[in-house]
Formats: sequence, structure tokens, C-alpha cells
Amino acid sequence: MTMEQAAQMGLESGYRQALTALLYQLADDELCLGHRDSEWLGLAPDIEGDVAFSSIAQDEVGHAVFYLERLHELGEKDPDSLAFFRGAEAWRNAVLLEQPNGDWARTILRHFLYDLFDDVRTEALLHSSYEPLAQGVAKIRREEHYHLLHLKPWLIRLARAGGDAQERMEQAVMEVWAQLGGLFSLGAEEEEMIHHGLIAWGREELYRRWEDRAKPVFAEAGLKWPGPPSVPEQDGRRGRHTDHLTELIRTMSEVAVGDPAARW
Amino acid sequence: MADPADTKALLDVLQEVKDPEIPEVSIVELGMVNRVSVGESGVRVELTPTFVGCPALDLIAEQVEKVLTRERGDPVEVDFVMNPPWTSERITPEGRKKLKDFGIAPPPVTRNESGDIVADCPFCGAGEGEILNLFGPTACRSIFYCQNCRQPFEGMKPV
Repeated sequence: MTMEQAAQMGLESGYRQALTALLYQLADDELCLGHRDSEWLGLAPDIEGDVAFSSIAQDEVGHAVFYLERLHELGEKDPDSLAFFRGAEAWRNAVLLEQPNGDWARTILRHFLYDLFDDVRTEALLHSSYEPLAQGVAKIRREEHYHLLHLKPWLIRLARAGGDAQERMEQAVMEVWAQLGGLFSLGAEEEEMIHHGLIAWGREELYRRWEDRAKPVFAEAGLKWPGPPSVPEQDGRRGRHTDHLTELIRTMSEVAVGDPAARW
Repeated sequence: MADPADTKALLDVLQEVKDPEIPEVSIVELGMVNRVSVGESGVRVELTPTFVGCPALDLIAEQVEKVLTRERGDPVEVDFVMNPPWTSERITPEGRKKLKDFGIAPPPVTRNESGDIVADCPFCGAGEGEILNLFGPTACRSIFYCQNCRQPFEGMKPV
């Protein structure tokens, strides 16, 4: 679909606004975490983990590009401009995902919990009233399946290892939980998104379904379930971010800013 | 709708376009070509990406444009579509054979009950592989180890 076609579709402005907000949330979540994944290149504890994180990073960034292309069809700027030349206040990712990786335990835990959330969220998009989105997530879910297959055993292995690994994982749970609640926010447009059939469930149902799947993994890992996360102070879905996002955008856009006309 | 003979001729030309990472196998054999059609404005090709974030997509689209323009002289439009989504079942029997000859195990046709994704070894044919890494040198491949011939091997992920 081209930009003209999107305009010709004559999307009602409320619908378009809710759809745009949703696409930014999806794109920015994937792009932030994909970038953080790429920071492990050459540094992961073993070669298999290193190879895995480069593929996972490539998948996440690729998915972000898919969502950014859909935004471009709706009349937003082109994907590169949106990725490299957009101020932090315009990003709609959850604050949790812009944080630095921390140690390996926190990396694995955050990624697993996010991918589980993304699995629930994309399930809620399979029958989206916006067909290009429904079709894209059907494909994306087939790829994300492998991320969960890789991350879940890592989480369990670290938590059950005892000693340093277990202590770090328990520490990671405390740190991640402080910002975890922000994942489930759908921002100011939640009601409109549901009203227009863009997404099947709101934040409470997303959380309930996520918890149903996360709890048994914690039990298997021997980790204490900390209870429902509180809502963090800054809601990234409403454009409120930490300084880490500014730093992330600056690093990611270093080449593009250095020579905006460069092709690679 | 395109004339079926025309479509066949176009697909034959597209056999020239190979996966840049697996130069033995064409995009037709990989099941990436969803539709080709000839209209008044030229040729239109619908490709379905094996993986959404595959970095070879732009290169493949350029190649498609190049070979079809050379053959026909008409304008060529290449679009990537997500519907139907690409699955590993779209790889043709010829494509599966060429993957194997290249040393990459074609994906298992059916997953067994435990969700096992280990393919038969492309070197000795034994089904005694184990997963070394779900991820490999490209997004679409995993790395396995054959317990029979004691060789590591790559395989395409079933998706």
C-alpha cells in the first residue's frame, strides 16, 4: 500500500490517531530492545549466546522497520527519519526497554518478560481491524517463537544455578519489576484502540494473560513471584522517558547524523 | 490476470535470482515469489520475505528488477507482501534438494510432538542430531550437531 492509498482510504481521524499511536508503541519497543541486544555483540558470555543475540537484534530491528513502514504509509516520515531524527519525547516505548542492559541476568530476564508480553500483545493484534498490521504480526510471531525458546531455558538455568547467578537473577527481578508495569500501558489512546478493533484487549487483560504465563516459569526457575508490578512514574507510552533514551538515540544515530546523505 | 504461459516464462527468468547467502538456491525454489503478473503498466512481482528483518531483501528486489528489465524491457515493480506469510513449507522439492547439497539441512516437514526442530543430517542422513544453537549465521538458520557422523551442521528453521 502506498501513502496515497492510505490517504485515499479516508481513515477517520480518531481511527488514524489510535492506529498511529499503537504502531509507534510497537516500533519503539522493538527498536529500543533491538538496539540494546546489539550492544552484546562480541561480549556475550559464550559464542552461542553472542550469535543468538545478533540474530535476535536483527529480528527486533527488522520488526521495528516493518511497523515504521506502516507509519510511513499513513503519512508519517520515512523509517530512517523516524528512527534517527526523532526527539525522545516523541518515542512511545515502555521505559523499561530503554534502560541499559545491566548484567547478563538482567538482560535475559528483561528480554524474556518482554517477549512474553509481546507474544500476548501480538496475539491481541491477530484480528486487528487494520489488516496490514494483522498480516504482519502473523508473520512476526513465527519468528519471535524462537526468541522465547532460547530465552526461557537461559532464565531457568541461571536462576537454578545457585551462587552468583541466582543472586544476580534475584537482584534483576527487583530492578526490572520497578519499571515492568509500563509495558502494559497502551497510553492515552487505549479506549480508542479497543473501540476501533485495532487491538483485542486493554492493559488489564494483557497483564492477566501475561501473568498466567510468566508465573509458571518463575515457579520452574525457583524464583519468588513478586506480585503485580506497580505503575512506574514515567509512562513511556505518553512520551515520558528517562535520559537513557536520549543516550540510546544519540548512539544509534551517530552515523546517520555524521553524514545524513550516506547510504549503507 | 497474466497469461499462464507468460507467468511461467517470468518464473523461469526469476530462477536466475539466487539467495545472496545460498547461491545455489533461487528465490523461486525458496518459495519467496508469491505472484507475478503483467499489466499495461509493466510487470509486477510480489515477494514474501523469509524473515521480516532479512538484510538481503533490498538486494533481492534489485536483482529481480534487473533480470526482468533485461528480459522484457517493461517497467518492473517489486512489492514485499506479508500475506500469505512465508513458511518453510513453501520451499520447493528442488529447493530442499539444493539446500541439502549446499550443506544446509532443509527444515523438517512436520514437527514431531515434542516440537523438535532437528532436521536430518545433510551429510550422512542420520536423524540423530541435537540442537547446538537455535540461532546461526543468518536469521533463518540454526546450528545442529550430528551424533552419527560427528559433524556440526546448519539447518533452516521451520517457521
